Amino acid sequence: MRVEQISVFLENKAGRLAEVTRILSEAGVNIRALSLADTSDFGILRLIVNDNNKAKEALKQHGFTVGKTDVVAVEVEDRPGGLHKILDSLFHANVNVEYMYAFVQQSGSNAVIIFRFDNLDEAVKVLQANGVTVIEAEKLYAI
Amino acid sequence: MIYNIEFETLPREALEAIQFRRLKTVLERAYAMVPFYRRKFQEAGITPADVKTLNDLQRLPFTTKKDLRDNYPFGMFAVPMDNVVRIHASSGTTGQPTVVGYTARDIASWSELMARALSAGGAGRGDIIHNAYGYGLFTGGLGIHYGAERLGASVIPISGGNTRRQVLIMKDFGPTILTCTPSYALHLAEVAQEAAIDFKELRFRAGIFGAEPWSERMREEIERKLHLSAVDIYGLSEVMGPGVSVECQEAKKGLHVFEDHFIPEIINPETGEVLPYGETGELVFTSITKEAFPVIRYRTRDISALNPEPCICGRTHVRMNRISGRTDDMLIIRGVNVFPSQIESVLMEIEEVEPHYQLMVDRVGNLDSLTVMVEVGEHAFSDEVRILQELEKKIAKNIKEFLGVSAKVKLVEPKTIARSEGKAQRVIDNRKL
Repeated sequence: MRVEQISVFLENKAGRLAEVTRILSEAGVNIRALSLADTSDFGILRLIVNDNNKAKEALKQHGFTVGKTDVVAVEVEDRPGGLHKILDSLFHANVNVEYMYAFVQQSGSNAVIIFRFDNLDEAVKVLQANGVTVIEAEKLYAI
Repeated sequence: MIYNIEFETLPREALEAIQFRRLKTVLERAYAMVPFYRRKFQEAGITPADVKTLNDLQRLPFTTKKDLRDNYPFGMFAVPMDNVVRIHASSGTTGQPTVVGYTARDIASWSELMARALSAGGAGRGDIIHNAYGYGLFTGGLGIHYGAERLGASVIPISGGNTRRQVLIMKDFGPTILTCTPSYALHLAEVAQEAAIDFKELRFRAGIFGAEPWSERMREEIERKLHLSAVDIYGLSEVMGPGVSVECQEAKKGLHVFEDHFIPEIINPETGEVLPYGETGELVFTSITKEAFPVIRYRTRDISALNPEPCICGRTHVRMNRISGRTDDMLIIRGVNVFPSQIESVLMEIEEVEPHYQLMVDRVGNLDSLTVMVEVGEHAFSDEVRILQELEKKIAKNIKEFLGVSAKVKLVEPKTIARSEGKAQRVIDNRKL
């Protein structure tokens, strides 16, 4: 039920993001989803890629600080209220969302959203109890 | 083991009585024999007779490295050359070398103090001491050597260099005590590894390392790689050489200054004011037993603090903190003295961060601003912005608490702080003053 996400520390200066995409491209890594959180001096790039180890190695070799986190990929119905239904059920179960971002491609007619929870196991339980589809890692990488 | 139980465990009152008596003698000799001291005292309007208590030491003028250079080579000697049996000199890498002399009695005192230092570091009769400090004009090699002989240990006078051969000798001779600079200790570990010699199989029990500043982290590394217990030794040729102060194996927390031979003071390097125990500043020494080359209130430019608390080893002599930097590195930010090493100490106390940092000082309008750049390694990194911002706040808060100066903390990518020859450039001062 867990999907591995890698995160990269970036200084907020020109060319750093392009440096990451260059390294990943040269390593033959495909980026499946990404989000960038930033402050005035630094940013955190979060990535779902097709080969975590290869991506991590390549980035570390180039001196980047890289972290790994488990996140959850969730299918969201592509219609008004689709996302709200999910967030509402989490809220009622007292599960906090640390952050979330959209996956680039769709799974059938549904959108895919990546969630980072403070309590992942509890979150998955709540989602499944509410009939929400949580996507397995292998299936996600294959989308 | 305490080598000289009588003098190393003197009650404070008795110690101060000895200090005062010896101080008077040295002041009178310096005044009578060294024109430089006589002139300095006269300029300050003071004579040795005006020194009536130990506290009066504070009224005497300082002696600096420049004073010693101005009197190159023998101008500061307080005895005729007939009585000088040994000459040493500093390397002079930062200018003219400073030359120091010793009478036979000075060599005897130095040997005694080095025997005390080696003993505090864990050595004794029956030990084999591998002495890899350089022999020559530098005081390290011969200083340790004489102390080792006085102690009754066997000394291997290997000196520095030819590391491959040193490692083989270590294997064949089975020394139990290692004496060298901390960086050379780590180099020995590397070379031993290349030669497929395992320090675990060697007989080393303790190491006494000094002659350059090092950190607690380096101690851990040396102890792990060399399988011995490491202590810090301090000294400088101007004051005597190695053996001015040393850590004891019992506490390994601060270096006992042999106060029956040297009076230490900590001063504010800007104002010259004497600071109370516990405060950080420049270390100043007065040698009170040296005959050939006495120094009165010599400014070492080394940063330390004094700790008078009783030590578990039983020695009553005050402890100085390991040297954390040089006054030459000092920054003044909005009127507050800041040593890069203090920032380093703050960072060392925060578990997640590594001590890779750089200080940038700017002047915005009329105000100084200090930015502390800290590299983010894997321990500190998080995928959440909030956690990194909390880390920045925590560092800034600790700096404010310990140094009394506000700093902006900026997290930077690893290896962005320029390292030249293994040493990082710690300070960028952009102020145009």
